[in-house]
Amino acid sequence: MNLGTQTSDPVIEVTDLKTVFHTQDGTVYAVNGLSFQLQPGELLGVVGESGCGKSVTMMSLLKLLPMPPAEIVSGKVLFQGNDLLHTDEEALRKVRGGQIGFIFQDPMTSLNPVFTIGFQIMEPLREHLGLDNNAARARAIELLELVGIPSAGDRLRDFPHQFSGGMRQRVVIAIALACDPKLLIADEPTTALDVTVQAQILEIVRELRQKLGMAIIWITHDLGVVAGIADRVAVMYGGFIVEYAQVSTLFEAPKHPYTIALLETLPGINKDGEHRLMSISGQAPNLVNKPQSCPFAPRCKYAFDRCLGENPMLELRSNDHKVACWWDVEKNEAIDNG
Amino acid sequence: MLNYTIRRLLFAIPTLLVISFIIFIILDLAPNDPTGNLPLTIPAEVRAQIRESLGLGQPFHIRYLKWLEQFFVNEPLNIFEQWFDVKIGDSANRLRVTSWMSRSPVVDLIVERMPQTLWVVGLSYVVGIIIALPIGVLSAYKQYSWFDQIGTFVSMVGFSVPTFFTGLLLIVIFSVQLGWLPSIYDTTLNVTDWSSFWMQIRQLIMPVMVLALFNAAQLSRFMRASMLDNLNQDYVRTARAKGMSEKVVILVHVLRNSLIPVVTVIALGVPQIFGGAIITEQIFRVNGLGQLLIIGIENADIPLVQTLTFIFAILIVLFNLIADIVYGMLDPRIRYD
Repeated sequence: MNLGTQTSDPVIEVTDLKTVFHTQDGTVYAVNGLSFQLQPGELLGVVGESGCGKSVTMMSLLKLLPMPPAEIVSGKVLFQGNDLLHTDEEALRKVRGGQIGFIFQDPMTSLNPVFTIGFQIMEPLREHLGLDNNAARARAIELLELVGIPSAGDRLRDFPHQFSGGMRQRVVIAIALACDPKLLIADEPTTALDVTVQAQILEIVRELRQKLGMAIIWITHDLGVVAGIADRVAVMYGGFIVEYAQVSTLFEAPKHPYTIALLETLPGINKDGEHRLMSISGQAPNLVNKPQSCPFAPRCKYAFDRCLGENPMLELRSNDHKVACWWDVEKNEAIDNG
Repeated sequence: MLNYTIRRLLFAIPTLLVISFIIFIILDLAPNDPTGNLPLTIPAEVRAQIRESLGLGQPFHIRYLKWLEQFFVNEPLNIFEQWFDVKIGDSANRLRVTSWMSRSPVVDLIVERMPQTLWVVGLSYVVGIIIALPIGVLSAYKQYSWFDQIGTFVSMVGFSVPTFFTGLLLIVIFSVQLGWLPSIYDTTLNVTDWSSFWMQIRQLIMPVMVLALFNAAQLSRFMRASMLDNLNQDYVRTARAKGMSEKVVILVHVLRNSLIPVVTVIALGVPQIFGGAIITEQIFRVNGLGQLLIIGIENADIPLVQTLTFIFAILIVLFNLIADIVYGMLDPRIRYD
């Protein structure tokens, strides 16, 4: 049940990833058997509301979650022929920051406050590429210029608090790109930034993608951002991917009720007469219960008895478009599959 | 930074003057009598004469001003003369702050007793830090592990059991029962060769360990809490995502941040070293500054107690400043200018 249809070797291939958290209130089923793959140079947008398992999924790929309480129950993450979930810590470290770069949500806190920017950029360069101080310094300046930080050479000596939020996120991106990664995972990189800075960061990533050609996984809850930069989109809900499609297909003909509802919540300028902000009624699912039924059923206006008894799996509906739902919203009837 | 330091030092002057005045008032209000420890056969008139000769007949403000002059002018001049071997003015008749009890200058008494206190209390402070920091780091990193649980228990015991109890317990075990270590600290011991050095080490072990346990108990908890505050920070996740080894993540990224408040606490604790450990010094018969203070209080030796207490006050003000400066050096976000 792999996603994506191109024939070239995927950069990363995730199969049946399951992550749980052992908490005092019980086991939280955060990621429930996720599978997807990424082609070289592809940008996959992952959308979903808070707590749907987007970040946990990406952290699981590189085992960056605190374990315990987290536990990766099953799954396979194939990256360059290695299963990252079953490789040793040392090999995993080489991948982290070396071949897979990470950008985090809040640039205010994701840099170490007591070390200079230069030190923090040069760290992975020395670690993964074995550069000496001078070479690492030269590369660090090059990286800062790449992400558009003026007078890069002087700024290496500055500390994070001497940068603005947008500039710090550029530094975080520079760190993520330091070792020419094959894959860049960006976990809500623009959420903590104001709109104009968001646009700048998006522009930088778009440029860098063209220049460096790496695959990108872009986590966000902002559908507008996804529409602007993604090739494919995975919509997540309650620890599942509920819909997966080309970005244009998803926005033109969404098939999952959750995606449809999400798109309706977007404030539009062409919906005349309607000024109220739409919202999806009900609450995000409590992931403490092991999912037996469709997690979206309680909030879904199409829900019928099957949805409460059986959890739909992601199925190919049309070309390159996968949906996990028992209802066909186009024909307005239940799907017929045993 | 320099401006800030100078400003703080200037500001310390009025602070210290106020402190010295308050100390003087409190000691003057104390109901004890410098002749109280003299034999009962001494008649009341003689006692009154003794008090008169100690200067107690003069009004309060005169006595305070005289002490100020002796402490801030005469004593520094005296130290200066001794260091550079010169004579300034009428140095023979210059009045120094003199102990009523022993009739010798208070500063000389302090200089006499300083080495013992620095050896025992200072060493215990250093040992305490050396024990506490790794324990704190490891306890936080392996939170709720058996190591952490034992660490928590030991530091709870170390902190809540008073030093006179642990001191006596060690004496009973290691001096009385096993006979391995001397129970009394011998100040007259001169370290001249290996055997006397070994003797010095042996007599240091118990008092140092008693105090080190107490210091380490406090400090390891502090270190642990500070590490825990930092371990969940986003920058730690960033460091891991960069592919740094756990060793680098913990000992470079997290430790460097966690040490900032801990170093401040350590600096603030240094004046306590000079204050001596009153109880521990009593138990092991270390004739350090703590013991000197106790004897001074018992004998109503006001110049001694006044001077000693005031020196502690100076050290506290000084190390507060040092702690702030160190904080500014460790944390790049803090700038004082």
